[in-house]
Amino acid sequence: MRFQLTDDQRALRDGVRDLLAGRFDRDALRTAVDTPGHLDRALWRALGDAGFFALCLPEADGGVGLGLPEAVLVFEEAGRVLLPGPLVATHLAAGTVPGAATGERVVTAPAGELLPWRDASDVVQGDATGAVPLASVDPLTPLHRLPGPHAPRSPEAVLLTAAEQLGSATRTCELAVRYAGEREQFGQPIGAFQAVKHLCAQMLVRAELARAAVYAAAVTADPVEIAAAELLADEAAVRNARDCVQVHGGMGFTWEADVHLHLKRAWVRAGTGRTTRETEEALAAAL
Amino acid sequence: MDLTYTDEEEEFRARLREWLASVLPGLPPKPSPNDWPGRRAYDLGWQRRLYDAGYAGLHWPADAGGRGATPTQHLIFLEETEKAGAPYVGANFVGLLHAGPTIAVEGTPEQRARWLPPVLRGDEVWCQGFSEPDAGSDLAALRTRATRDGDHYVVSGSKIWTSHAEVADWCELLVRTDPSAPKHRGISWLAMPMDAPGITVRPLRTLAGSAEFAEMFLDDVRVPVANRVGEENDGWRVTMVTLSFERGTAFVGEVVACRRVLGELAAQARKNGRWDDAVLRRRLGRLNAEFRALWRLTQWNVSEAMGVPPVRAEPRTGGRAGGVPGAGGSVFKLRYSHARQELFDAAADVLGVAGALDTDHEWTLDRLSSLSYTIAAGTSQIQHNIVAERILGLPKDRPKDLRRELQRDFQKGGR
Repeated sequence: MRFQLTDDQRALRDGVRDLLAGRFDRDALRTAVDTPGHLDRALWRALGDAGFFALCLPEADGGVGLGLPEAVLVFEEAGRVLLPGPLVATHLAAGTVPGAATGERVVTAPAGELLPWRDASDVVQGDATGAVPLASVDPLTPLHRLPGPHAPRSPEAVLLTAAEQLGSATRTCELAVRYAGEREQFGQPIGAFQAVKHLCAQMLVRAELARAAVYAAAVTADPVEIAAAELLADEAAVRNARDCVQVHGGMGFTWEADVHLHLKRAWVRAGTGRTTRETEEALAAAL
Repeated sequence: MDLTYTDEEEEFRARLREWLASVLPGLPPKPSPNDWPGRRAYDLGWQRRLYDAGYAGLHWPADAGGRGATPTQHLIFLEETEKAGAPYVGANFVGLLHAGPTIAVEGTPEQRARWLPPVLRGDEVWCQGFSEPDAGSDLAALRTRATRDGDHYVVSGSKIWTSHAEVADWCELLVRTDPSAPKHRGISWLAMPMDAPGITVRPLRTLAGSAEFAEMFLDDVRVPVANRVGEENDGWRVTMVTLSFERGTAFVGEVVACRRVLGELAAQARKNGRWDDAVLRRRLGRLNAEFRALWRLTQWNVSEAMGVPPVRAEPRTGGRAGGVPGAGGSVFKLRYSHARQELFDAAADVLGVAGALDTDHEWTLDRLSSLSYTIAAGTSQIQHNIVAERILGLPKDRPKDLRRELQRDFQKGGR
């Protein structure tokens, strides 16, 4: 047993982090926020060139030939930086929709009662009849609402979404810690006050427990482990983003700070899978 | 990331299972919880069996008489002994998990030869004299004083939460040897013989009704200077060096046990109709996620400790984790202690009103004792401070003199 990242996995994670820092920095993020509904196709092709979508395709089919644990690490990085677009659907379509693997075509798919990025996508996989646009709370994710009944998402889609939630939960913890160390009130950094300190510690605890669950689910691909990962990662992303807003105080309530983008995306991602009730029932049924 | 065990590890597991199956049926009946001499004999008897079979001090380094097992082998040992229903470490806890490892690292060759073999063989019991009535979370504020008188220290003061004190042969004792030094720098570590004159032990009854702990009053107790481990006034470092000795394995058996209890709760609820309560059902589902993740976190922490030399305090930073390095232990403790309380609260709801109020039921007693988990070995509040300051790097609460700063600003003609 060696439940730690291998050297290759660490290198992959670092490589993706560097790539995203270069191709999707904060300016790009804010540009995306200011142009809702617009998907940066040049970025999408760059992701394709880097193997983002072909990661799990066999090498014989032009893919990178890696597994679910590697995909999870890559999607965690995407979640960290709030990378926009139907990433999970395009990744999972890489073997079936021509052009998806290379980033030439953008693929979306229904996720529960939501259909993200319909208008900016080239292909909709699955039944999208009756889709009605809604005024998405997340400026980085245009949404349509789908009439029922709703097909369940694949376990891979659920897990990769959980990985994005994990990345976001880790990032909001970092943002809160940074702000708490810089912002001074009463003559000292607010992070010196236990009331603030404990919020930050709880954020780390949530993120790290979710990490153990998400990584283990990636290794085992067991449905019950995936359900546990989904539950804990959704909770970590949403609650960490809320606490991050709180730590930022008045600044956290502004459009200018990036914190609200994490919270809104965490809500959207949590809404694409099973409801909390369904996940908890599945976990109870497995006892 | 690999969750499969190597052939050697599986072989280790198989041999252990075989041995457990052969030895457990021959164990004497468990003594009652308040029969301290009986518990001592039972726990030492189990340790002797482990010793004879080559499992004593499994995770101790070989040069201290241990087996030098890897953290993963230790994890397997704790997992399998729990699953097989083997006795807990019990009265051997302090000797095997703290005092022994401390002596192994910091003791002289003579001290190691005197104290380590009896711990491994199951001949001697140790207790821990650290906490005091006025030194709990702030352990370094301890006041029990030791003054030199020739080749002895004369020790006076009081200790609390000394488990197994009634039946211990030795006490690892923290004393203040320099009252004028900063609080962390005036402490020494002594091995105190429990039969020395001047020691009074009084059982301390917990809210669960049992006397797991004791108070200990020391009145001019003479302890040979030769029993000091480490340098005088260096006792704080001596103590801290082995605090992470168990390397993420401290609660392995308990997580295994909690997962078994969770399964029993579900079975019981399905039988008595409580399963129809959707709120309770969902709480159990959530606990399933929680304890699965805690088990995985344990495996993560143990894997992180693989390759790290044993019996050294792990640096809080600079590990090789995928997330925040070295975060595992405190993260685990915070979440596990809370989850355990939720588990036995759920058990109360499965039992129903009368069952939950009946202390003849094991789960009711477990519910009561679960309250200690967010207090013992660092309260959750202290753990949050540790996570925030040592892992996240947030500053300590030390207010600057704001008035002086404002005056300076005024003088500069600032705001």
